[in-house]
Amino acid sequence: MNTESAIITENLTKRFDSFTAVDALSFEVKKGEIFGFLGANGAGKTTAMRMLCGLSKPTSGKASVAGFDVYKQTEDIKRNIGYMSQKFSLYEDLTVKENMQFYGGIYGKSDAFIKDKTAFVLNQLHLEQEAKKLVKSLPLGWKQKLAFSVAIFHEPGIVFLDEPTGGVDPVTRREFWNLIYQAAEQGITVFVTTHYMDEAEYCNRVSIMVDGKIEALDTPSGLKKTFEAESIDEVFLKLARKAIRTAD
Amino acid sequence: MKAVTAEHLMKSYGGKKAVTKALNDVSFEVEQGELYGIIGPDGAGKTSLFRILTTLLLADSGNATVDGFDVIKDFKSIRKHVGYMPGRFSLYQDLTVAENLEFFATIFETSIEENYDLIKDIYSQIEPFKDRKAGKLSGGMKQKLALSCALIHRPSVLFLDEPTTGVDAVSRKEFWDMLKGLKQQGITILVSTPYMDEASLCDKVALLQNGNILSIDTPGGIVANFGKPLLAVRSAKMFNLLNDLKAFEATEDVYAFGEYHHLVLKENTAKEIVHRFIDSKGHQDVEVLATSPTIEDCFISLMKAS
Repeated sequence: MNTESAIITENLTKRFDSFTAVDALSFEVKKGEIFGFLGANGAGKTTAMRMLCGLSKPTSGKASVAGFDVYKQTEDIKRNIGYMSQKFSLYEDLTVKENMQFYGGIYGKSDAFIKDKTAFVLNQLHLEQEAKKLVKSLPLGWKQKLAFSVAIFHEPGIVFLDEPTGGVDPVTRREFWNLIYQAAEQGITVFVTTHYMDEAEYCNRVSIMVDGKIEALDTPSGLKKTFEAESIDEVFLKLARKAIRTAD
Repeated sequence: MKAVTAEHLMKSYGGKKAVTKALNDVSFEVEQGELYGIIGPDGAGKTSLFRILTTLLLADSGNATVDGFDVIKDFKSIRKHVGYMPGRFSLYQDLTVAENLEFFATIFETSIEENYDLIKDIYSQIEPFKDRKAGKLSGGMKQKLALSCALIHRPSVLFLDEPTTGVDAVSRKEFWDMLKGLKQQGITILVSTPYMDEASLCDKVALLQNGNILSIDTPGGIVANFGKPLLAVRSAKMFNLLNDLKAFEATEDVYAFGEYHHLVLKENTAKEIVHRFIDSKGHQDVEVLATSPTIEDCFISLMKAS
């Protein structure tokens, strides 16, 4: 495997009966890159992400994630990635600290590692005072930031973020992106989906999926140049309006 | 008569221990025929407010009227006169598209034929699938059916709770076009959204955060009140630039904003001075532009001030 790539796919395809949800995806994500994975509802983003996370077997094509094969090494993939979505993230009835201990334990980390890392995250998020509080008592914005830190608690090579900032206030949304930048600086590859087009601008490269295929993939400025658009929002509208499939 | 009035609405959840203030002294008025936006993130209190106004929840204190009717005394009249589309899809999944619409028309003692002109533009898009079960529809089609059902009794006021949350940019644009069409037919619309960019599509907006109204005005009025000089800046190293600008003496606030960072200044400072400061930190490809604030800039500024 190419050691510079965190994710490589080649004609990755998923069919459900006669419906081709993901149609021959070929792309690479470099190590340490922040990669924006955009697409309209129903374009096939979730199906593609599930395959990359080792949760769904492809119908055909190749893909490796963190150096592991998506057909044969799904358990290795799961051990080496982090995942966070807007909907499921933390156990509300556990405390902040317990959530970290739980996730650290699931990933087989030592007690010493968990102890040090917990202290580091609490300090980074300024949550020392809240360590023994139940997660459900935290404001939403804090929960989202904590959820991200928990997703990378075991120091995975790649973290998948599925609409991590949906509904979050504009100040917290930016604090969240600061955490993403910090993770990327530490060498963690970030694979992120979002409906906020301004966030696409924060990515190193962005792909746009339409009807199961990647229609465009470039840096934000490259995309704007190619599509003669002022913003990624405009690029997205130009491409996504061509979609034949109905949403979801 | 105002379409909606809210006076000093208060609502808290939870027992004596952990009280969550969902609404903290919320007051506003909506004129007839207005497209009124309640703009705020999750947890701002949008759904509590909508449920109080649609008589599905009682406020702890304060008064509210819809179409001249009191939300407590006249709750039955309000239920006849308003349309409500909750954030979660709440139609009958086991009924077909046509059966759902028929059901809502019957409940409100009217018929599809009687009000067809009102929903025609929206319903005609899903009519080819009228024999499909609602549960089998795509997200976009569900939304159109839900809107049709909320409109079938020709409500005077339409409440839409986060109709575009989690919806992609193309479908969001389509949805707002539908709302414009309904507004032209004279329906008052109250719509809530966490997307700041949608504020500019409303006649008037209330910015809501943690149960508190931060500001009420026209979108233009809110932007005009920003009141601080604002620059858009960029360089080859955006993350470093953000940290460097935090230490700049003229900086009031600085945050990422799409392909630029927005730099709010304490007072007017020449672009050249800002440029020189950024250069002195060793940045390449530096760009410094004057820019106009958006609703999101205003929301950030109001949030930090409160």
